[in-house]
Amino acid sequence: MDVQFTPEEIAFREEVRAFLETEYPAELRGKYSRDEYSKEDFLLWQKALNKRGWGAPAWPKKHGGTGWTATQRYIFQEECARAETLPIPPFGMAMLAPVLMAFASDEQKAHYLPRIIDGTDFWCQGYSEPGAGSDLASLKTKAERVGDHYIINGQKTWTTLGHFADWIFVLCRTDPTAKKPQEGISFILVDMKTPGVEVRPIITMDGGHEVNETWFTDVKVPVANLVGKENEGWTYAKYLLAHERTGIAGVARSKKGIERLREIASVELDQGQPIIRNPDFARKVSELEIDLTALEYTELRTLARESQGKGPGPESSILKIKGTEIQQRITELTLEAVGVYGAPYFRGFPLDGDNQHPIGPDYAHLTAPTYANMRKTSIYGGSNEIQHNIIAKMVLGL
Amino acid sequence: MDFNFTSEQDQLRDTVAKLVSQKYDFDTRRKVAKSESGWRPEIWSQFAELGLLGASFTEAEGGFGSGPIEAMIISEEFGKGLVIEPYLQTVVIGGNFFRHGGTDAQKEEHIAGIISGETRFAFAYSEPKSRFDLNDVSTTAKKDGAGYTLNGHKAVVLGAPFATHLIVTARTSGGQRDANGVTVFLVAKDARGVTTRDYPTVDGLRASEVYFENVAVGADAVIGKVDGGLPLVEKVVDNAIAALCAEAVGCFKVLNEATISYAKQRKQFGQPIATFQVLQHRMVDMFMAAEQASSMTYMVTLKLDEADKARKLAASAAKVQVGKAGKLVSQDAVQIHGGMGMTDELNVGHFFKRVTMIESQFGNTDWHLRRYTELSNG
Repeated sequence: MDVQFTPEEIAFREEVRAFLETEYPAELRGKYSRDEYSKEDFLLWQKALNKRGWGAPAWPKKHGGTGWTATQRYIFQEECARAETLPIPPFGMAMLAPVLMAFASDEQKAHYLPRIIDGTDFWCQGYSEPGAGSDLASLKTKAERVGDHYIINGQKTWTTLGHFADWIFVLCRTDPTAKKPQEGISFILVDMKTPGVEVRPIITMDGGHEVNETWFTDVKVPVANLVGKENEGWTYAKYLLAHERTGIAGVARSKKGIERLREIASVELDQGQPIIRNPDFARKVSELEIDLTALEYTELRTLARESQGKGPGPESSILKIKGTEIQQRITELTLEAVGVYGAPYFRGFPLDGDNQHPIGPDYAHLTAPTYANMRKTSIYGGSNEIQHNIIAKMVLGL
Repeated sequence: MDFNFTSEQDQLRDTVAKLVSQKYDFDTRRKVAKSESGWRPEIWSQFAELGLLGASFTEAEGGFGSGPIEAMIISEEFGKGLVIEPYLQTVVIGGNFFRHGGTDAQKEEHIAGIISGETRFAFAYSEPKSRFDLNDVSTTAKKDGAGYTLNGHKAVVLGAPFATHLIVTARTSGGQRDANGVTVFLVAKDARGVTTRDYPTVDGLRASEVYFENVAVGADAVIGKVDGGLPLVEKVVDNAIAALCAEAVGCFKVLNEATISYAKQRKQFGQPIATFQVLQHRMVDMFMAAEQASSMTYMVTLKLDEADKARKLAASAAKVQVGKAGKLVSQDAVQIHGGMGMTDELNVGHFFKRVTMIESQFGNTDWHLRRYTELSNG
């Protein structure tokens, strides 16, 4: 038992820290906490990583990755959170890439993987449908084989950053006669510029635009864009979901979130004193921090298993459930800390140009929209109810 | 023991419910919230014509009802439609300031103005650093001849963009947080020296930052006692809390109905998700929370005219119960709706935001738990 980093790991941490200090694009600083980013911002960040040779932090060397150990990857993530960098969009890098590495043809790997690293292709995920959420296998989007093409028809939804994407990986039904819903599904790569692909924005209750509906009307895709074998897509889809759950704990980002909460709570007054000195409030922050510490050590245990070559197991559902509960709680307490200035809403309503008297403190503006937005975390990536089912079945054998 | 409403009160509820369902459907509400003015003066006139604005005043006061029970009924039904117009600010807060603190002349003039729909109030009490403390007042009112001169900055004044008049707390003596020395003033919004910056709030309402710069008012602008305004403010705010709780109960009912109906029609794994026991129990918890909140709303409404301590205990207890219920009901409603619950297109998210804002209006759960604890142990 040892939770200390080795001297090499500590040196690595310093290296990452120095890189982020000097090479993280100056124009991107602060954008993460202000929740404002464009496609160009993500590309700029990717370019900086790529220039340093860290374009794919989690990939093995043979595919152009860093070849880092699980611990190095953990350190990198933690340092990025500390520096409040933009996240690396996971759709190509963390979701599609492992599937390609495991199941795609050599040609496909050689073509698509480098383009993820250099930012040529921005990917999005075509999984959920209006009728297929938690029950993903009930998906209906179909791909019909006509000669050397598939013709795709159907609708995907909750396509995160679909409006930025160049490509989408789509789960389609290729065998409508299959006996079980999990059978007859294929994993197909689609160029978003193909005629018949249409992206329609979904505005969420916080007023933001992250997710979309993606419609497919007679979209003609070469058969060469099939990943793995036809009708075996469910296997790949599950493989992807297992990878989606690692890293979903968000421990490092949550630590930063609590740090920010403490900063805000030390200037926001309650009965004339900083609210962090109010025992009721302080106690809630402590409880939250203790929950996060527990999650951190649970994640470290998972990490240790992983570094011993054991892949992420169903325990990763714990990370998803607890991680999202903590993320939500941070936003809830931050909103609570800011008091009355949580109410003004400025998104889409430009101020009247009078900058003499800013309305409330800067940190207050996004607290309520962020609290609302973070309700998504217990819904996406397999709702927390589904994660409970996974633990019940796969871990407890119920 | 009687929790029945009079036939007039039942009739009032029907009238409001009908108006909300006909004139306040969700799409209309959404459009109004996003419009430039942010409210509908014409529907306010209709409230007046239907007698809603006078329903919580007695006949002697020029109204058509009795008091808090009518305000509770109207607030709950308004809650179901997420009504934007300043009923709480004008009728409940403005009305109760005059009712409990106004001179005969003020009552006559302003209650009539409220009932006819011509006068609308906003309550300017909170300040950038005061959080929820009603006694924490830095805005000053200096004696100037027969009248006063006001200076200061009031934060997040709900309904101010729609108001004709502001009810303002200002310090006439003592230190920033002293209980004594707070005086309540009535200030016309177009008075010289009053400036506002208007903006929307997260829940689709409107508010303003209000700045007072050497605003001169007469002695007749004082509502209640000079230096002794705080007990009046507390009483009025407790009335507002009761109405706010009723509004929240209206929101809970809509959220719970929407969630149950969605769970019955949404199919996953070949069956309605309503058949999953884990969701059934959550919906039962949501239902119980709404019922408990409703009970507390009755309780506080019936105790508004009791002695200060009993009234404050009741208001804080209700606000705590409603605050806790609000978190549970609003969060679970979104969760059970899944992705759809996150969208701007569905009403659930809008109720979520309103319920979230109600939790912190006039003191959040922690603030009221503390007040309750202090009062019950002191």
